[in-house]
Amino acid sequence: MARRIVIVGAGPAGIRAAETLAMAGLRPVVIDREPASGGQIYRRPPPGFSRPASALYGEDAGKATALHDVFDGLVGRMDYRPRSEVFGITGDIVHVHDGRTLTDLPFDALILATGATDRIAPLPGWTLPGVHSLGGAQIALKSQGCAIGHRVVLIGSGPLLTLVAVQYADAGADVAAVLDTASRADLARGAVHMMAARPGLLARGLRLRARLRRHGVPYCNGVRDLRIEGAQEVERVVWRTAGGAVRSAECDGVGMGWHLRSETQLAQLAGCALVWDAAWQQSVPMADPMGRSSRRGVYLAGDGVRILGADGAEFAGRLAALACLQDLGLPAVADSAPLLGRMRAMRRFARGLAIAFPYPDRMCRALPDDTLLCRCEAITAGQFRAVLARSGAAEPNRAKSLSRVGMGRCQGRYCAAAAARILAAERGLDLAEMPGLRPQAPVRPMPMSLRAAPSPPARTEGDAT
Amino acid sequence: MRMRGGFRRLAETDRPAVRFRIDGRAATALQGDTVLTALRINGAAARIGEFGDGPRAGFCLMGACQDCWVDLADGRRLRACETPVSAGMDIVTTPMDETLWPGAS
Repeated sequence: MARRIVIVGAGPAGIRAAETLAMAGLRPVVIDREPASGGQIYRRPPPGFSRPASALYGEDAGKATALHDVFDGLVGRMDYRPRSEVFGITGDIVHVHDGRTLTDLPFDALILATGATDRIAPLPGWTLPGVHSLGGAQIALKSQGCAIGHRVVLIGSGPLLTLVAVQYADAGADVAAVLDTASRADLARGAVHMMAARPGLLARGLRLRARLRRHGVPYCNGVRDLRIEGAQEVERVVWRTAGGAVRSAECDGVGMGWHLRSETQLAQLAGCALVWDAAWQQSVPMADPMGRSSRRGVYLAGDGVRILGADGAEFAGRLAALACLQDLGLPAVADSAPLLGRMRAMRRFARGLAIAFPYPDRMCRALPDDTLLCRCEAITAGQFRAVLARSGAAEPNRAKSLSRVGMGRCQGRYCAAAAARILAAERGLDLAEMPGLRPQAPVRPMPMSLRAAPSPPARTEGDAT
Repeated sequence: MRMRGGFRRLAETDRPAVRFRIDGRAATALQGDTVLTALRINGAAARIGEFGDGPRAGFCLMGACQDCWVDLADGRRLRACETPVSAGMDIVTTPMDETLWPGAS
């Protein structure tokens, strides 16, 4: 019997899934967009760069190199396709391209480890040159040895906000201010859950905060009325403090982000159902504790299904592979019970994070009319509201058709969360009841010049002759 | 205080130089820089927004937001954040002159 298993993504979840399947003697196909494995979190710098892992990944250097080594050791036991991306899924076939050729890969089991992108809330001025997502600010440093500006302000909420600030300050960047929209009360409420679930990780977060203080970087909680100003590029950030005072900081770089959002497009195209997550205030794919989606044969692992971070993604990748083996009637190569136990603690911790660093819901609902909501199509919040008022559109897909918000090249990755909140505010709707944007293939723009692959897809373990 | 604008190198500066062009002007980057890094180190944007909303210079740096598409003088288009800069690359960040279109006044 043919066992064609396709893994999408070679970050922590995809790597552990591939390792587990290889242990069972299977030969998975691993498709990854990047030139090297590691995902965004453990992204490897380009050839010719010399900083050691300790400089790139800090306290997680051991985990990063362990994952890189595991994956490199799987050569020959998997069909690894770097610089390739799955742009669509039809039935039991994933559609892949590598920029030149187009390949259809039929699968018996599919493990999606698609990761996450920054969860963004639009701000006045967020399209100015010099403004980047927090994840982007981190990639500039990790993968290019650069800060996004000569003087940088970091905005948002979540663990990445403090982490990027510390990494920047440690590397010698000038961080003018860190502006957190979460209040100290939010943080205290969330810390209770984090303390109970993973006290070591909470302590690490507090150590990072202390380190930031030693660098002399101001950290402001409960900021509001944020705006980025500048004529042709970023010149300053203006905000109101929790106490009501208006402050500003001159800068030429801004990093912004409110934790992460799962990349769910491929899961949705595969037919996996989504469910509203009240703690995270966003829709996520349905999955059982092992990572089985609502669709038979499709498994979900890592930040693409639940934002648990890199450690959680490693467990989830193993679990998804074990579920896959079980469903194929193959012997287990590891015990899932201890992994499931660790995952429960991770989920409790993540709930604490969600409480401590909430998405700025009210800020989005009150986004000023002249602020660009959709950066791809350059639609302002006011234009979006006008379309809603004129059309009576009462759900995001209709609103997208009429307004073009979410229709651009990013497919709503960076505006859909805010657009949904504006729609909810204008129509008096409950976010939890609102459907999300339907994803469309290709999930990223792709060239029209692709040719069909000349030979049939590589055979995987167990193929009949 | 007026900032210089653009990326600032903090590490990995011991790499060979790469010479390329931004809107016809000679510019320098380092081997291993992405096209976006090469542009930002030189204080340049990637493109002018198609809808009259000013210059854009990328956002996510991970190939997700599609903000950093740039044109090359030879007609190719690429995602600046995930393409390495190469010697002789001729990048065009200025918008097309729409008055040259057939039928445009």
